[in-house]
Amino acid sequence: MTEPRLNHPDQGCGGRREFLGTAVAAVAAALTGCGKISHEEFLQHNFKELSKDEVLSVIARLEKEYKEKFGKEVKVATTPPLPGVIFGYALDLSRCVGCRRCVHACVKENNQSREPEVQWIRVLELEKEEGVNLQHADQYYNPEEVPREGHFYMPVQCQQCKKPPCVKVCPVGATWREKDGITVVDYNWCIGCRYCMAACPYGARHFNWGEPHLPSADVNPDTHYFGNRPRPKGVVEKCTFCIQRTRKGLYPACVEVCPTGSRKFGNLLDKDSEIRYVLENKRVFKLKEDLNTQPNFFYFYGV
Amino acid sequence: MTSRLLRSASLATCCLAGILLSLPAAAEPPGSKAEPAAQEGLQVPRPPLTEGIFPCTSCHDGKSMKVNPRRRELVDMHGDIALHHGPATRWCLDCHDPADRDHLRLASGEKVPFTTSYLLCGQCHGDKFRDWRVGIHGKRTGSWNGPKQYLLCVHCHDPHSPHFKPLKPMAPPARPEQIQARKGGAR
Repeated sequence: MTEPRLNHPDQGCGGRREFLGTAVAAVAAALTGCGKISHEEFLQHNFKELSKDEVLSVIARLEKEYKEKFGKEVKVATTPPLPGVIFGYALDLSRCVGCRRCVHACVKENNQSREPEVQWIRVLELEKEEGVNLQHADQYYNPEEVPREGHFYMPVQCQQCKKPPCVKVCPVGATWREKDGITVVDYNWCIGCRYCMAACPYGARHFNWGEPHLPSADVNPDTHYFGNRPRPKGVVEKCTFCIQRTRKGLYPACVEVCPTGSRKFGNLLDKDSEIRYVLENKRVFKLKEDLNTQPNFFYFYGV
Repeated sequence: MTSRLLRSASLATCCLAGILLSLPAAAEPPGSKAEPAAQEGLQVPRPPLTEGIFPCTSCHDGKSMKVNPRRRELVDMHGDIALHHGPATRWCLDCHDPADRDHLRLASGEKVPFTTSYLLCGQCHGDKFRDWRVGIHGKRTGSWNGPKQYLLCVHCHDPHSPHFKPLKPMAPPARPEQIQARKGGAR
């Protein structure tokens, strides 16, 4: 006698798959505290492990999600590092007047949360009598006019260290230093543990405590996967030297906007670059050099 | 008798973006990198002359208005120019060519147009001129590995009062306690 089997093997398998899919979505919802995460996103690997096809599908998914969220086209580039380039940055402390144009140009360019506003550049007001003494630094200064008598200004942002302590402590490898010297974060792999923030001696990493509030009208649609693409809640973000601009040959937004021309940027491997001229001809120092983080961000006195 | 040639430096700074955007093809960025461009080949935007004031020879034509080489306080015209630049002995015709008011004059007597006024500034401020040519002094925009937009000295420094004018700082960051207290905030 042949009795029809109650559970056809295919059916059973299909059922299990369905069940697993739902389970994954449920776990994802439970872990992230919101039901919005798709299971493709939940199952996405570290960006460095993705094949070319997987990268394409991830980018397509992100662009679709951003379009739904912001109602406009947002391009997500994955431009690789340029060969023969290591980026360096130099900031002229004798010229900076502390006007904070850079801080706000950065926010505009890099799609940071506006409410509360996440700022990647922190301008410190220091006393001339004290010199670079961070114990006498104030970032909340707000006089009618700058520079104030007896003070100088020191903007601090990610120093793009050659030995980044933030990368060393990341337990999941969600942040690393690219070949062109830019330390990047894979926002989709970051678990939000904030070890990197504790490790960074420059306070250059910032956390999205809540869902970043970014009005559609303010979205800069020209983005990079590691740079200014809109971030989810619960991940760490940082200055990337405007990776979406600099890998195309443009200056970072902070360089473009600085009214005093204090900010200098270029390729450390090009002996004719502005940055090399600064390093070879000016008095240069690195912030917290004693920590051996070896920044590619330099401060100099142009006078 | 100096012409009211230049907007104030603060104005120039504020309108920097506007100036850059509104520049015609004449202000094409130079093709070199940080290479010290040949002095005559350096491409810069047009000088920030007060609108309608150039050419200066429309008044200072040498006929209806004779050159008065006497140092004096200007009353009829250009009274708004307060010269705060260098020693008190300096005055208009040290830099403006008395015979051809559409040009500037170097110490050697050589005439230079307003578009290459950096040659005049560089006579005294040689160190700044050197740094400016390689892209260290002053603002550069454009491309770190390609064409750059230079600015003239006078776009940031009013030649009659060259000290960089103070700016109003943009908003300071919110203090952590303010972020927590904010209603409907992300926290």
